[in-house]
Amino acid sequence: MYEIKKIGNTKNGDTMKNQKYELIAKDHQAPNPRLKNAIIAFIAGGLVGLLGEGIIELLCYYTHISRSSAGTIMIVILIFVASLSTALGFFDKLVTKFKCGLLIPITGFAHSMTSAALDYRKEGPIYGLGANIFKLAGSVILYGIIAAWFFGMVRFLLGGRI
Amino acid sequence: MLLINSFLFCGFVCIIAQIILDNTKLTPGHITSLFVVIGAFLDSFSFYDKIIKVVGGGALVPITSFGHSLIHGALAKTHEYGILGILMGMFDLTATGITAAIIFAFLFSLVFKPKN
Repeated sequence: MYEIKKIGNTKNGDTMKNQKYELIAKDHQAPNPRLKNAIIAFIAGGLVGLLGEGIIELLCYYTHISRSSAGTIMIVILIFVASLSTALGFFDKLVTKFKCGLLIPITGFAHSMTSAALDYRKEGPIYGLGANIFKLAGSVILYGIIAAWFFGMVRFLLGGRI
Repeated sequence: MLLINSFLFCGFVCIIAQIILDNTKLTPGHITSLFVVIGAFLDSFSFYDKIIKVVGGGALVPITSFGHSLIHGALAKTHEYGILGILMGMFDLTATGITAAIIFAFLFSLVFKPKN
């Protein structure tokens, strides 16, 4: 069951300790069932999508606003809920349970920003909060803009316009 | 019907992301960036607009719609301003999401303290 690796003598002479640690860690590693993860992500993500469409239909039914503005309000509601639950501390637990089901919807974007803001606030308003609030969400914005600019230029130069 | 389509589409996007996450070394940051690029790519042929017509709100929820609305706003402005419109209209449709996320993140970080 256990594979004993050959580890050369380290400077501090902790070979036995390292070996033992690896074996123990391997033994206690949680099993990572891929199929179960995938199904959980499918159901959780699907429920978030269902919630989004449900909010749009409710808003359209009760307030008679157009579908596009209902979509905008729905995005704001989802961002608000995700930010608030991140700040209250239980969104992280949900993410470890449902993984991509909550990270891929817009809730993941709000979660990354709020958690960065919470973590770096104690380092000051400028070099802490201000510099790090886009630490995780920045890559999404950067590559989104680069891709949109590139594909938009291609589409524009080819003559097709929406 | 739109509700079921929303469930299926959003779940489909999430299951693809989960499969990529489990089977490769990519982190969630890589995957969300990749999906935004995919969304922008799909809308460069107006394909994502057709998805939104069929699926409804479920297509607006995943992060792919972020890329879609970036390029959609940019191309919509090119009617008026030509090639400069790509720069002017980039944030037209996503401004709500980004601004809301910034404001809520800032306000909640002032009020709440990190739990761990």
